[in-house]
Amino acid sequence: MSQTPRASKHDSASTSAPAPGQKPRLESARPEERKPRENWARRSEADHFADTVKLYRQGRYDADSFRRFRLQHGAYGTRMTGDYAMVRIKIPAGVAYPHQLEAISRLSEQFSIGSAHISTRENIQLHWVVLEDVSEIFRGLARVGLTSREACGNTVRNVMCSPLAGVCPSEPFDSTPYAVAVARFFLRNPLCQNLPRKFKFNFTCCEEHGMARMVDVGLIPQTRMIPDVDGSGQREQREQRGFKVFLGGGLGNRSFVGHQLEEFTPEDDLLYTSIATIRIFDRLGDRKNMARNRMRYLVDEMGWEKFQSLILMERSIVRATQSVVTRLKPDFAPMEIRRPLRISDESGPGAAAPDGYSRWLVTNTIRQKQDPYHTVFVTLEAGDITAGQLNSLAELVRKYSCEGVARIGFVQNVALRFVHSDDLAPLYAGLLGAGLAKSGALTMAAPIGCSGTTSCNLALTNSHRLAKEIQRKFLELGLDKDPDLADSTIKISGCPNSCGQHGIATIGFFGGGARVGKDMYANYQMLLGGRSDGLTMLGQTCTRVPAKRVIPVILRIIEVFRANRRPGDTLKSWIHRVVSDAEDSGVSSIKDIKAELQPLLAPPAKDDDPDFYLDYGSDTSYHTKTGKGECAA
Amino acid sequence: MSGSDVAGAGPAPAVTTDADVLRGEIRDRSAVVVDARRPEDYKRSHIPTAVNLPLADLLSDDGPDRVAGIAGSLGIGDETRVVVYDDSFGALASRIAWTLEYIGHADVTLLDTTYAQWRSMGMETDDAAPPVTPREHSAAPEPGILATHEYLEKAVADRGDDVVLVDNRERLNFLEQHIPGAVSLPYRTLAGPDRILRGREDMRRLLANRGIGDGSEIITYCGSVGTLSGLAYYAMKSAGLSNIRLYVRSFKEWKSLQKPTATQADANYWDLSAE
Repeated sequence: MSQTPRASKHDSASTSAPAPGQKPRLESARPEERKPRENWARRSEADHFADTVKLYRQGRYDADSFRRFRLQHGAYGTRMTGDYAMVRIKIPAGVAYPHQLEAISRLSEQFSIGSAHISTRENIQLHWVVLEDVSEIFRGLARVGLTSREACGNTVRNVMCSPLAGVCPSEPFDSTPYAVAVARFFLRNPLCQNLPRKFKFNFTCCEEHGMARMVDVGLIPQTRMIPDVDGSGQREQREQRGFKVFLGGGLGNRSFVGHQLEEFTPEDDLLYTSIATIRIFDRLGDRKNMARNRMRYLVDEMGWEKFQSLILMERSIVRATQSVVTRLKPDFAPMEIRRPLRISDESGPGAAAPDGYSRWLVTNTIRQKQDPYHTVFVTLEAGDITAGQLNSLAELVRKYSCEGVARIGFVQNVALRFVHSDDLAPLYAGLLGAGLAKSGALTMAAPIGCSGTTSCNLALTNSHRLAKEIQRKFLELGLDKDPDLADSTIKISGCPNSCGQHGIATIGFFGGGARVGKDMYANYQMLLGGRSDGLTMLGQTCTRVPAKRVIPVILRIIEVFRANRRPGDTLKSWIHRVVSDAEDSGVSSIKDIKAELQPLLAPPAKDDDPDFYLDYGSDTSYHTKTGKGECAA
Repeated sequence: MSGSDVAGAGPAPAVTTDADVLRGEIRDRSAVVVDARRPEDYKRSHIPTAVNLPLADLLSDDGPDRVAGIAGSLGIGDETRVVVYDDSFGALASRIAWTLEYIGHADVTLLDTTYAQWRSMGMETDDAAPPVTPREHSAAPEPGILATHEYLEKAVADRGDDVVLVDNRERLNFLEQHIPGAVSLPYRTLAGPDRILRGREDMRRLLANRGIGDGSEIITYCGSVGTLSGLAYYAMKSAGLSNIRLYVRSFKEWKSLQKPTATQADANYWDLSAE
């Protein structure tokens, strides 16, 4: 037995796994950690929040003021209790570094439920956090440059950017630096600390990917050629960058499609247009009627043309009066693309790929405009990811994403970009090992479900669990493999307020309750034909569907489509014709679809089918119960 | 076992031992190192000079006389300095250390890292059991660190707000069911970066945010045998709190006695878990 411990050298067993949640102090060689470009955090906010919670608990801070303060800092209320909060961590433009994912993993284990939830707005949420621990989360986030500041409340919420910006084959240029710069400009900006209501920016890459028309300000990059004079006085053409800017759209209790402000908004006008829009909203937005104070109602009431001219006028004032130092400062330095060295004994491209690889390759990856790189999408059940999976994801990003960051997606998912084609099979194996290799990420088999009755005060149904059940059923039936279903979507909200984006789904649902005699059951309103691409439109009401009949109803719609389709149809294009009165088969209207579904919809007697009367995830009789919403606080 | 009112005070004793310090103590043979893992893991490799005391063995009968006998047989006398470690984020080691404290052993601390971390730092390991010279250990129970269910109920009934019940199970288990009035402090919250426990100031701030301070009487509990709550016992101690008791039979006993429980109703929080 040797007597002297040696500290200078790894022993042969040093690669054994550390205890969960704990990292060894010495680790095997790994790629150099990339430093985040932006520090979104301000550490003093943690102390300030902790002190304010104490004052509130001592009764020295009134409940309404405290709620506003809490929301401004990104801590949302929780269903049926004042003792817990949800902390909404902003991931501006969706850019998340591996060590940031690991920090969130740690915080979810320490202060939440050991899982995190990825939202539809590129936030990562930690639920069921003890109110008194929220400041500890802020502290942990600040260490890795993240914040939840202005993730809730009447502020500029997280600025989103398409996860494909920079790699999309159809984009004219990468909008990511602009999204980051807009986020930086408005965060903690006095201009937008007390708006009539929340305010959202979405940047996309192209018409197809993203939701430019369903948000307060939506931006699609575009370019044009303009005359230019070079040094020698020669007139030449040069390319100018700009955006299609859409204003006044959004999903909610009432949803509206945004209007395009003008044909071409040059990049130099991006900030002025944004400031002008926020100023008009701040000045004229409805501060009284909570249910109608998003900017889209202002646009609707005023009429688009009047609103448009107000914005253009305000913009010329902003342009003329802002100091020259008030500028967006996009960082155009490209992400360094660096393929980490591979360990020699690792199975290379020649090795046999695990089962399911080819299915996954088709349904989860996109070829980038940069050959030979691919973007890989990781679909999560209703956006939920365990602490362990966050750590695995971070490791896989380091190992296989040559840009070294994860990009949070629009549909509760995550993208790894710049994955070399030779690395796809080993990455798949890695994802499989972490339980992150579900196929169907880019298909109808990846439904969205808001948090519903798992945590939200407003929810009437467990939309969250329903989304998970649908995904499981679709994958079990192999429906992700059907290319004719791939461009359709299923989106579910637990109430009419649209956090689950039901209005822009091919098949959308929002929750409510219904009753037979004295017995209640969860019941969804179904909408058909919504979409958020270049032909953006809102889904049209079809019928009410009991929660426990949602899956059979979706499957029946697929059957009806298959029986009535034309060659070349997808479910989305067929439903589009049906809702647009352009279909001439036997099923040519929403009414016809409803008639096809009727046999599935009648409630059974409780004694015959007691399960019908229970919502998903619940073994007690269903009743609607809601608390006060905070969106408008 | 029965409890009584004993509130400690005074400067915070060190509850953990740093790996470098332990290396010195191993060299000097000035401490008995106790490995709380299973025998097969111990036999594969362990910290040099460590003796094996698998927690399961100890728990098969943790009456003071038997524990004193076991301690003596491992070469631990009343005054021997003891350092305990495990590979379960310190929870097994804590339960052993607490049991030694309970029979009156004062000088016992936890290694501040796990065995996996010890190895990953390149510290030496060994696979041979050390020679042991058996010693005598007395059994003088220290009831002031123990909470029985009778003690717990009486404390809450008599002193209400001054008693803080701390539940160290995971948050979802807590939401589903807990002892009425308990606060949730999941065991993962107790760890620091690469250490089984947070730093002292970090821990003090976290507790102060919850309104738990030097004047509080604390009773920790977890799911079944007092391991996770044993770790919490040491976490509180490391923060300088002194009036801490471990409800060693924990929620398993509480439920089996059909005592009242509280739940967070009307929310499907389990469906948020990706497990």
